[in-house]
Amino acid sequence: MIHVIAFYLFAVLVIASGAFTILARNPVHSVLWLILAFFNGAGLMVLLGAEFIAMLLVIVYVGAVAVLFLFVVMMLDIDFAELRAGFMKNFPLGIAIALVLLAELVLGVGAYQAGGLQLGVPNGAAATPAGVSNIAAIGALMYGRYLFLFETAGLILLVAMVGAIVLTHRERKDTRPQDVAKQNARRPWEATVNMRPEVGKGVEL
Amino acid sequence: MIGIEHYVVVSSILFVLGVLGIFLNRKNIIVILMAIELILLAVNINLVAFSAFLHDLTGQVFAMFVLTVAAGEAAIGLAILVQYFRGRGTIAVDDVNRMKG
Repeated sequence: MIHVIAFYLFAVLVIASGAFTILARNPVHSVLWLILAFFNGAGLMVLLGAEFIAMLLVIVYVGAVAVLFLFVVMMLDIDFAELRAGFMKNFPLGIAIALVLLAELVLGVGAYQAGGLQLGVPNGAAATPAGVSNIAAIGALMYGRYLFLFETAGLILLVAMVGAIVLTHRERKDTRPQDVAKQNARRPWEATVNMRPEVGKGVEL
Repeated sequence: MIGIEHYVVVSSILFVLGVLGIFLNRKNIIVILMAIELILLAVNINLVAFSAFLHDLTGQVFAMFVLTVAAGEAAIGLAILVQYFRGRGTIAVDDVNRMKG
């Protein structure tokens, strides 16, 4: 019973916050609704017994991606009212396309329930072994059978990181940054002069 | 009892909301990127639901890869967005025609 209540709670909240994400006037509010949507999506996954993916969702999306969005939204000085100008114009077309897509998907679910298609049966090679937690089973799978895919994922993240840095980094000409190598290469006799000025006269540099 | 159909319906509604968000906020690329994140969340819920109901962990591993690609995509997309904003002073994407593509 509690399972059913929790499912409907998370489902309603994830759909509502998804709707508010795309409808909110202020993009900052959009990001906050997106965070709520991710939390509730993670709740749905916990209900399914997939704790690892749920925690990953919270850490990666809420901790990194949503904060990145917040940074960008808040740092760029954008006139959001102007960007919203075509909202009502696109509304009928958007709703129509969304309804067609939803009808197709619901049709697919209905057809699946009618039993027309036979889904493949897993061969049990990737099943959770008895008495092993979800995280341990995923870890064994990821560092064993899917090791190369896992490393490819790491490579993708590396390329994304390098790409983001290359895209946003810029050399500034108007600042004078510290050059540590130049400072270290400097010697005292290059920088100082020993002089013995006469009394009453200044030093000419 | 909650079956796989419930999860599939939730994730399809979420997916459609994401597509609708792309259409409604055609000018605001930040919200478009958020809508793409919603679509990927729907896909992840679908993958995890099938993985749990079929007792096969491959779906969860795949959901992790989807998560990886989504994070990379968000980072690159926002980097391009920041760079574009520096050059143009706006992020209205329906008049991006500098490359005449």
